[in-house]
Amino acid sequence: MKQLSMKNRKSMTGFMFILPWVIGFLLFTAVPLSYSLYLSFQDVRITPAGIQTTFISFENYEYAFGMDALFTQKLLIFFREIVVSVPIIIVFSLIIALLLNQKVRFRMFFRTVFFLPVIIISGPVIHELMDQGVTSIPSIEEYAVFQTLLSSGEGFLAATVIYLMQNLIMILWFSGVQILIFLAALQKIDDKIYEAAKIDGASNWECFWKVTLPSLFPMIIVNLIYTIVTYSIFSLNPVIEHIQDNMFRTDTGFGYASALSWIYFLLITIILFISVLLISLRGRKKYA
Amino acid sequence: MTSFVAKIRRGNKTYYKNKSKKLLFGTHGSDGLMMKFIVYALLIGIGFVYLYPLIYMGSYSLKSLDDILNPLVNWIPSTLYLDNYQQALSVLNFLPTFGQTLYVTALPALIQTVVAAVVGYGFARFDFPIKRILFGLVLATFIIPPQVTMIPQYVFFNEIGILGSVMSFILPALFGQGINSAIFILIFYQFFKMLPQSLEEAAQLDGAGQARIFLTIAIPMAGPAIIISFLFSFVWYWNETYLASIYFGNAMTTLPLELQRFVATFEQMNQGGGEGGGSSINEGIKMAGTMLTILPLLIIYLITQKWFVEGVDRSGIAGE
Repeated sequence: MKQLSMKNRKSMTGFMFILPWVIGFLLFTAVPLSYSLYLSFQDVRITPAGIQTTFISFENYEYAFGMDALFTQKLLIFFREIVVSVPIIIVFSLIIALLLNQKVRFRMFFRTVFFLPVIIISGPVIHELMDQGVTSIPSIEEYAVFQTLLSSGEGFLAATVIYLMQNLIMILWFSGVQILIFLAALQKIDDKIYEAAKIDGASNWECFWKVTLPSLFPMIIVNLIYTIVTYSIFSLNPVIEHIQDNMFRTDTGFGYASALSWIYFLLITIILFISVLLISLRGRKKYA
Repeated sequence: MTSFVAKIRRGNKTYYKNKSKKLLFGTHGSDGLMMKFIVYALLIGIGFVYLYPLIYMGSYSLKSLDDILNPLVNWIPSTLYLDNYQQALSVLNFLPTFGQTLYVTALPALIQTVVAAVVGYGFARFDFPIKRILFGLVLATFIIPPQVTMIPQYVFFNEIGILGSVMSFILPALFGQGINSAIFILIFYQFFKMLPQSLEEAAQLDGAGQARIFLTIAIPMAGPAIIISFLFSFVWYWNETYLASIYFGNAMTTLPLELQRFVATFEQMNQGGGEGGGSSINEGIKMAGTMLTILPLLIIYLITQKWFVEGVDRSGIAGE
């Protein structure tokens, strides 16, 4: 009996520790989340008497997809960017991590270099750098392939390639944290597994596919989520700019902006869900 | 060729037999000279491309207008030209802005760290009903874009009258809902999980309460986690312009925000000055402004980079 009450007391203390978070979650996340969902079904007018709302059912959503051509266009751009960038970031950070996992000298120096962008990446700084055109690989535009693409710049594929060429460094700059996550995971793989594989006659190439990659598999999912989230909430993102523009416009206002942000939120969740599902299905088939 | 290289290596010879297959991905035993060369070439090459925007920024910020226009001057300016920095300093209104940025960055970062430590400790060391669900919710908050909760928060902050003050950053941080709070809670969670149970039991036998155990045993041992969380918080708050511009309005400003309106401020200043004719904005001045915005972060990073790099290790997300 006494044991039980001790246990209860302890779990009460534990709850006290997380209480700030619980309050904060309700106050700054759960309530705002539901309130913005509520606003997204309303026509919101700001009057001197306060905020006035009228229920308009799905009109905001219909407007977003039916009338607001800019929004659907920007969603498409965002979607294209994420489909192109995320795999590049993951593969690039994996390669860099593999390189750094070799017995290289100055490893600390290189890690410092590759992590640097995480420190300085912010909307205005990137904006200035993009303005200067330094976000593309130096002098890449002189290459013939690129020029033919630019001149025939039509269609989805060409636009994608051009986007990629012009922003490659920026895309790579998103991979700082991911490199370190991969590197940490690589260093935790037991050397004995490699030795065993070597004795069985596996080449390095085979070792990579059959030992390294499966061991990294959980980290690939972690990095995938991290990349998609950080990429989609970065402030230069076209959709986010659009939401922000709409927030303070008098004719559309909070209601419409709420609807837009909810659409965006759902879209990100769907992208996250599908990509994690896809990669785990593939992973299970291969590595289990 | 490859077998020759293999011979001059001191290592195990049979190791290098099917060298041709040993590609980039040979994580283990790739000690051949060729391999080394390729690894370094790749690292340096990619590193250069990676840093190219920064090198460009540094170089341009030191160029006079003549140097910028002169196609012969490529990377190294012909003279050390500091005028750009002088102009950028005054456009950014550097010192006051810097002070304000520090204020609205360090304070929320500190509070966020403290709260994350408390909450992380609660999750790591105690058992209570629905703990798993709550912890799942902590992680889930990471994927919610700030845009979704921002409008109601704005309305709410407006109501309680803390818009335009640092409180609009502090209040969410105080309740574990600051920028990327979920990550910091996770870091502390992982850290406190590793502390041996026996320490806690020993303290309990000596009659220490839970609060005392937390303050006198857990916290002093959590030094690395505290530093890491504070640094990451600091950097993320510093670079946050979206929330800052909305919550602070015109009442407060930060260096990144000033950079955002750099050109506008510059033009305003030069019109107001009247006789300042002839000086118009150029890349050099803009790059100097950008440089000044990130300079404090760069300095902090150079001093503390060990913590940043280890931070990701310590966060424990890389398995255990």
